Amino acid sequence: MEKFITHIDSAVPLEIENIDTDQIIPARFLKATDKKGFGENVFRDWRFDSNGYPNEDFILNDTAFNGSILVAGNNFGCGSSREHAAWALKAYGFKVVVSSYFADIFKENALNNGLLPVLISPGFLEKIFKAILKDPSEKIKVDLQNQKIEILRSGENEDFEIDSYKKTCLINGYDDIDYLLSKKEAIKQFEEK
Amino acid sequence: MKKTLFDKIWDAHVVESIPNGPDILYIDKHLIHEVTSPQAFNELKERDIPVFRPKQIMATADHNTPTQDQHLPIKDLLSRKQLEELSQNCKENNITLYGLGHPYNGIVHVMAPELGITQPGMTIVCGDSHTSTHGAFGSIAFGIGTSQVAQVFASQCLLVEKPKKLRVNVNGTLRSGVHPKDVILYIISQLGTNSGTGYFCEYAGNVFEEMSMEGRMTVCNMSIEMGARGGLIAPDETTFAYVEDREFAPKGEDLEKMRSYWETLKTDTDATFDKEYSFDAEDIEPMITYGTNPGMGIKISGSIPLNGGKSAEKALEYMGFNAGDSLIDKPVNFIFIGSCTNARIEDFRAAAEYIKGKQKAGNVNALIVPGSQQVASQIKAEGLNLIFEAAGFTIRQPGCSACLAMNDDKIPAGEYCVSTSNRNFEGRQGQGARTILASPLTAAATAIAGKLTDYTQYY
Ligand code: SF4
Repeated sequence: MEKFITHIDSAVPLEIENIDTDQIIPARFLKATDKKGFGENVFRDWRFDSNGYPNEDFILNDTAFNGSILVAGNNFGCGSSREHAAWALKAYGFKVVVSSYFADIFKENALNNGLLPVLISPGFLEKIFKAILKDPSEKIKVDLQNQKIEILRSGENEDFEIDSYKKTCLINGYDDIDYLLSKKEAIKQFEEK
Repeated sequence: MKKTLFDKIWDAHVVESIPNGPDILYIDKHLIHEVTSPQAFNELKERDIPVFRPKQIMATADHNTPTQDQHLPIKDLLSRKQLEELSQNCKENNITLYGLGHPYNGIVHVMAPELGITQPGMTIVCGDSHTSTHGAFGSIAFGIGTSQVAQVFASQCLLVEKPKKLRVNVNGTLRSGVHPKDVILYIISQLGTNSGTGYFCEYAGNVFEEMSMEGRMTVCNMSIEMGARGGLIAPDETTFAYVEDREFAPKGEDLEKMRSYWETLKTDTDATFDKEYSFDAEDIEPMITYGTNPGMGIKISGSIPLNGGKSAEKALEYMGFNAGDSLIDKPVNFIFIGSCTNARIEDFRAAAEYIKGKQKAGNVNALIVPGSQQVASQIKAEGLNLIFEAAGFTIRQPGCSACLAMNDDKIPAGEYCVSTSNRNFEGRQGQGARTILASPLTAAATAIAGKLTDYTQYY
C-alpha cells in the first residue's frame, strides 16, 4: 500500500446524504475478478443517463470541480460490504473522502485501500461545502500525522479522529495481513485452548 | 463484571488486544461466495500466502447465478468466469464448495444455517453485509470487505475494534397478521438508517423469544440496514431444536457439551448497554417502505410523512410519490418473494396460505425465488408449488436474483416492485426500478389485488 502523510488538493462537493454503495458502484459492475477498471463506473447511474450520455447536472461532470478529495453528505457508504466501492473511488482518483458520518464497513474498506475517510462535524462539513461551492479552486489540506483538516485559504480547521493502529498502517504503508501473519504463533496457541 | 451476550462471545474469541488499537478476533466460520472472494484469492496468490484454515471456510455461489436452467452453461460470460474462478480457487485451496446445482447450494445466509454450519456462540464472517443474519443463533456474525476476506484466509483472524453495544427490546403481543419482517421494518423506520453505526445490536423481549428461527433470521438480517454491524438474539430451546440433527451440527456427546455452553450464552441481568430502545408490540402493523432507504418505512395503512427534508424529496421524486400520499390501492406490476431476508420455507408457507385458491391479478408479474435448493425441495414436498402455479406465480431456482439484479432478474425502469428483500436503494433491483420493501404476506396480497393492499382487514 502506498504511504499516506499529508494531502493538499481541491475537492468535489457531493451534497447528497445517505449515499449507499449501490450508488457508488452498481451491482451489475461487480462481475470482475480483479480490482481493475472500477473507476469508470463510479456513481455510474448518476454520472450517465440510460443512453450512456453524461448527466450534466451531476457534480462529477462539472468541469469546474475537480481534485482528489470527495466531500460528501452525511452517512456516506451505507449498504453493502462490497469493497468495490472503495476501489472505484480510488481508481477514479480520490484519495480522501470527507463526511460527517461513515458506515462502518465502508470505513474499514476505505482504510484497507489507502483511501482516507475523514470524519468531521456537520458544522465543519457545511463550511467546506460553502467554501468549495463559492470557489472551486479552494484547496483542502488533510494532515494525517496531526489529524487535522483545513480549508487552506481561510485557515479554518478541525481535528479528526482515527484509530492509532490504522494511522500507523497508513503512514507506513503496512497492511493488516502483514501484521496478522506476524501473530501466527499466538493464533495457533489460541486455537489449542 | 456483568457481561452481555455479545461480550461473552467476543471476549472468548480475542487472541490478543493491541494497545490503543483493535483486537485480534478469531473467526470460527468463514463463508465465501463468487463476488467478493476472487480479489482476495488473488491477493494471497500474489503474496504467496497459503490459506491458513481451509476447513473452516465454506463456499457457495449465489449472487449472480441464473435462476433458470441452472444445469446449462451460464450465458453471461462475466458471471460464468466468476463462478469458474470460485471453483478453481476452492479446488486449489481445499475449500468445500456447494456450487450451482449442488443439493446444498443456495444464498449463503439461507443455506449455512440450514446445514447447521451456523451455531450459537460462534464468530462468523462473510464478504457480504447481511452476514448479520446468522446472529439469530446467538453468534457474532458480520459482513467484511474483500481485504478482510484475504486477512481471514491468511490468518483465520481479523483486526477489529470491539463495537459498542445496543439493545432493542420489543415486548407485548403482536397483532394478528404481523410478520417478523414488519417488526424489523418498524424498528428501522423508528430508529433510522444510521442509528446502529458503530454498534452490535441485541434483540430482546418476548416478541423475539416467541419467534421462530426463520423469523429471527429475518430480523437479524436487516440489522445492517440501521447501520449496525450485526444483530444477535440469545439462543434458547427454539435455537437448539433448530440446530440439532442438521448435517454439520455437533452430535452425541459433543452436542451435550456444546449445549451446556450454549445455555450460558445470555446477557447477565444488570449488564449495561451503550444505548437501549424499547418498543411495544401492539404498535406494530404491516409495514412498507416509500423511499430509497430502508428507514423510510410507514405502516401500510399510514401515509408518507410531510417535511422529510431534501433527501426525502430526492427519494420521493425517484419513487414517483408525494409527501402525504397513502399508498393503499397504488397499482403494482411486480412482486418478488425471495432474498436472504425472506426466502425460507416459513415465508413461502405464509404466502401460500394467503394465496391458496386465489389468482394473481392480470397486471402482476409474481416471482418466487427460494433461498436454497433445500427450500426449493421443501416447497415441492409440501405442495406449495402447486398453489403458486395455480395462482399464476412463477417459481425459479434458488439464488439472490432480483434482490440485487446482478443476473437477468431485473425490474424494469419506472416500475414498482413489492419486494421481500432488504434494500430499496435507487436501482437496486434494476436501473430505475422502484422498490417497496414488505413482508411475504404483503407481497402475496399485492400480487392478488394488483395493487398495494392492507391484508389485515381480511383477517
Ligand atoms: S439475497 Fe440480496 S441481500 Fe441477501 S446475500 Fe443475496 S444479494 Fe445480498
